[in-house]
Amino acid sequence: MTALLEVKNLSRSFGGLVAVKDVNFTLEAGRITALIGPNGAGKTTCFNLVAGSLSPTSGQVFFEGRQIDSTPPEIVCRMGIARTFQIVRPMRDMSVLENAMVGAFSWTKSVKEAKSKAYESLESVGLAGKATARTDQLTLPDRKMLETAKALSTRPKLLLLDEVMAGLRPTEAAGVVRVLQTLAEGGLTILLVEHVMRIVMEVASNVVVLHHGAKIAEGSPAEVVADQKVLDSYLGAGFHA
Amino acid sequence: MQKRFDGGPEIKRWLAGAMVFIVLAFVGSSADPYFISLMTIVLLFTFLGQSWNLMLGIGGQLSIGHALFVGLGAYSVGVLYVKYGISPWIGLFLGMIIAGSVGAALAWLSFRFEVRGIYFALLTIAAAEFARIMFSGWEFVGAMQGLFFPAPTGAIEFSMLRGGARFYYFVALALAALGIIGTELISRSYLGYVWRAMRDDEPAARALGVRTFRHKILVISVSAAAAAAGGGVLGLVQGSIFPDSIMGMGLSVDVLIGPVVGGLGTTFGPLIGSLAAIPLNHLMSAIGDNLRIPGLNNIAYGIVLILVVWFLPDGIWPAIVRLCKAIQAPSRLWLPHLRKAEE
Amino acid sequence: MLSLWLNVLASGILLGLVYGLVALGLTIIFGVMRVVNFAHGEMVVFGVYIGYWAVRLWDAPIIVAAAIAAVVMFFFGYLLEALIVKRFVNRPHHYQFIVFIGLSLLFSGVLLVAFGPDPRPSASLLSFRTVSLGFVTLDLARLQAAITAGVLIALLGVYLRFSSLGRALRAAADNRLGGLVVGLNIPRVYAVTFGIGAACAGVAGALISPLFDAQPYLAVDFTLLAFVTVIVGGLGSFSGALLGGLVIGVAEAIAALMFTPSMKTALPYALLIIILIFRPRGFFGAKEI
Repeated sequence: MTALLEVKNLSRSFGGLVAVKDVNFTLEAGRITALIGPNGAGKTTCFNLVAGSLSPTSGQVFFEGRQIDSTPPEIVCRMGIARTFQIVRPMRDMSVLENAMVGAFSWTKSVKEAKSKAYESLESVGLAGKATARTDQLTLPDRKMLETAKALSTRPKLLLLDEVMAGLRPTEAAGVVRVLQTLAEGGLTILLVEHVMRIVMEVASNVVVLHHGAKIAEGSPAEVVADQKVLDSYLGAGFHA
Repeated sequence: MQKRFDGGPEIKRWLAGAMVFIVLAFVGSSADPYFISLMTIVLLFTFLGQSWNLMLGIGGQLSIGHALFVGLGAYSVGVLYVKYGISPWIGLFLGMIIAGSVGAALAWLSFRFEVRGIYFALLTIAAAEFARIMFSGWEFVGAMQGLFFPAPTGAIEFSMLRGGARFYYFVALALAALGIIGTELISRSYLGYVWRAMRDDEPAARALGVRTFRHKILVISVSAAAAAAGGGVLGLVQGSIFPDSIMGMGLSVDVLIGPVVGGLGTTFGPLIGSLAAIPLNHLMSAIGDNLRIPGLNNIAYGIVLILVVWFLPDGIWPAIVRLCKAIQAPSRLWLPHLRKAEE
Repeated sequence: MLSLWLNVLASGILLGLVYGLVALGLTIIFGVMRVVNFAHGEMVVFGVYIGYWAVRLWDAPIIVAAAIAAVVMFFFGYLLEALIVKRFVNRPHHYQFIVFIGLSLLFSGVLLVAFGPDPRPSASLLSFRTVSLGFVTLDLARLQAAITAGVLIALLGVYLRFSSLGRALRAAADNRLGGLVVGLNIPRVYAVTFGIGAACAGVAGALISPLFDAQPYLAVDFTLLAFVTVIVGGLGSFSGALLGGLVIGVAEAIAALMFTPSMKTALPYALLIIILIFRPRGFFGAKEI
């Protein structure tokens, strides 16, 4: 399998603070990969580096073989990478459907096509029934799913999800897991930044662990959870599996 | 910013709009000359307000120097017609191109370093003032003395866009109608969606593939071109063009007061707002002239702007729409299937 | 020839200090509250009228007029913020802009109604006196205005740095939420900030009243001048306001010498456009608005 995304020696500093240090990993097409690590590990920075909202201090990001670091977010999107935001950002004065349509305009100029793609995206996240609602009428889980639907409308090859489970109750999270699994079965590659370990275990086929900006482990969920370095990073040194 | 509700479903709105224009057309054929000239100004500022509304209400970009574009349009028509006898239609076209390019240039300058909207707003003021001062000293366009159109003979020369007061009333009406139709069409097109997304949340829009840089330039130059067209007609209607009036801050305020008061981002807002604000301005000026107290119209405009933004930030038109819906609501309680349809 | 240039330069620097004071008021308001006071020019003109009337009614020295302006404008600004501005602090930028445009229209309308549109030349005795310092001849009015402005700027700088209220202002400027969390009385901080900003404008107006005829139409020019100054120096920067003022003052003086008077009024706008093209953040500006 060829790598869809390749991150090579990626580093990013903010002034004196090194947020991401020499990180390497690849994403295979069609799999769900989780990026985890304790708070401050550099996950979101890494995420933003891939999505194009930040440029690396050094290192490269390759998508489908092309170098994309330092590319503006709208171009990155048009190349096939869509992302959600951790703090949900619905467009307030547009309806749910209209929100979901915006992404479609990255590949079509037809309002009709955008509408039908938007319905499709909303269907796949379970929001089709609320298409005409205003965004301020949505619950938090719904808003998270709207974020995902918006991203799906861009017809991405790679979907970046930033803490999509944060703030969700277990039943709500389970619903999201099902959505993600269906999407992955459909061929979408997903990179999740996540805190909730249980979700990671359920959903991801590959896990990358960051700590203090550097990658300390990578592997299947079972492997990672048994890894001493990972345990030390989350729980403090001296805790045994 | 404004909710996208201008009233009920599709057909009702087009019908209502058509009715409004039929009424206005009637007004044009009957009423007294002073009223006609007042309404001509109202309609022209409706159109100008539409152009400003497009830029801010839909595109999210604030300009406080719209007089620049209006003035460029007026001077294009004025110079070509008064100095060279060339038809104002050509002048309008040329004015739109010039203003559109200037707008695009200003937009490009402001946004290429990713500086925020406030810099663009200040740049528009600076550019307008700079242009005003330059035109005040430029002999070719008449400097401070301005440009004067020959007095209207009353005969209608359509190819030269000349005629009497009634003629210009209908020209203004046509422009206002064009403005409303144009705004609606843009709103429903892919541009409308993309621009509103850009307005509401630029980073999110970019993450969805919207090339906000070029769209900002586009919405600004379309708005500028439209303003120039309005400016050209305004010059013809007023019969004279002076840099201080056609490119001054006062005009920029006159342009924005309609949409702000009427309803930012809505299609009918600029019309309602101009209907409210322009006669008020004239009334206050007249009272001020009578009492020999200049400045009353400033105070009136100032108070109106503050009150509207404070209590009715969406503007008068959405408030009216809400009121109508509220009045209809009790009947909805009786008819549950109507309520379902609402949702 | 050299002496002419030195005179021009000196007079530009002197006026530049006053511009710096005006700009300081604007930049403090922006720095702390993230609000753009588009009615700043009107506040300067209020100060000019205060200066005019203080001289006309009581033959007061300009310094006294400036003191009156400081007190009156401080309370004016304080009340304005507490009653009106505060409702718009958290709203989107364009609402703020429009409210301030409304306020500026209101203020200039009031001035027009109260004092009429005709310019009123100051009756101050300072208006025409000059003093010679070596190679240069300086307007006494300008010299006095500049010294007073300079002293006030320095005092304000010290106050902001060392007093507890000053620290509160700087904290609020840096991080509003953090300030709230540590117990800063943000509404009061904002009201005081606005008061200080208005006072700066008013004092500057009073100081230059011997040099400019009092008239309501000056306001727009002052507002834009203040903006140009602030942007050249960098929005939100104290030293930037001062530096910007000097740059604008000198540039204006040189332009008046080299070009026609009408070009002189165009200069600040040309400068603004140039700065926005090449260095929008100004010399010391903050990275983000």
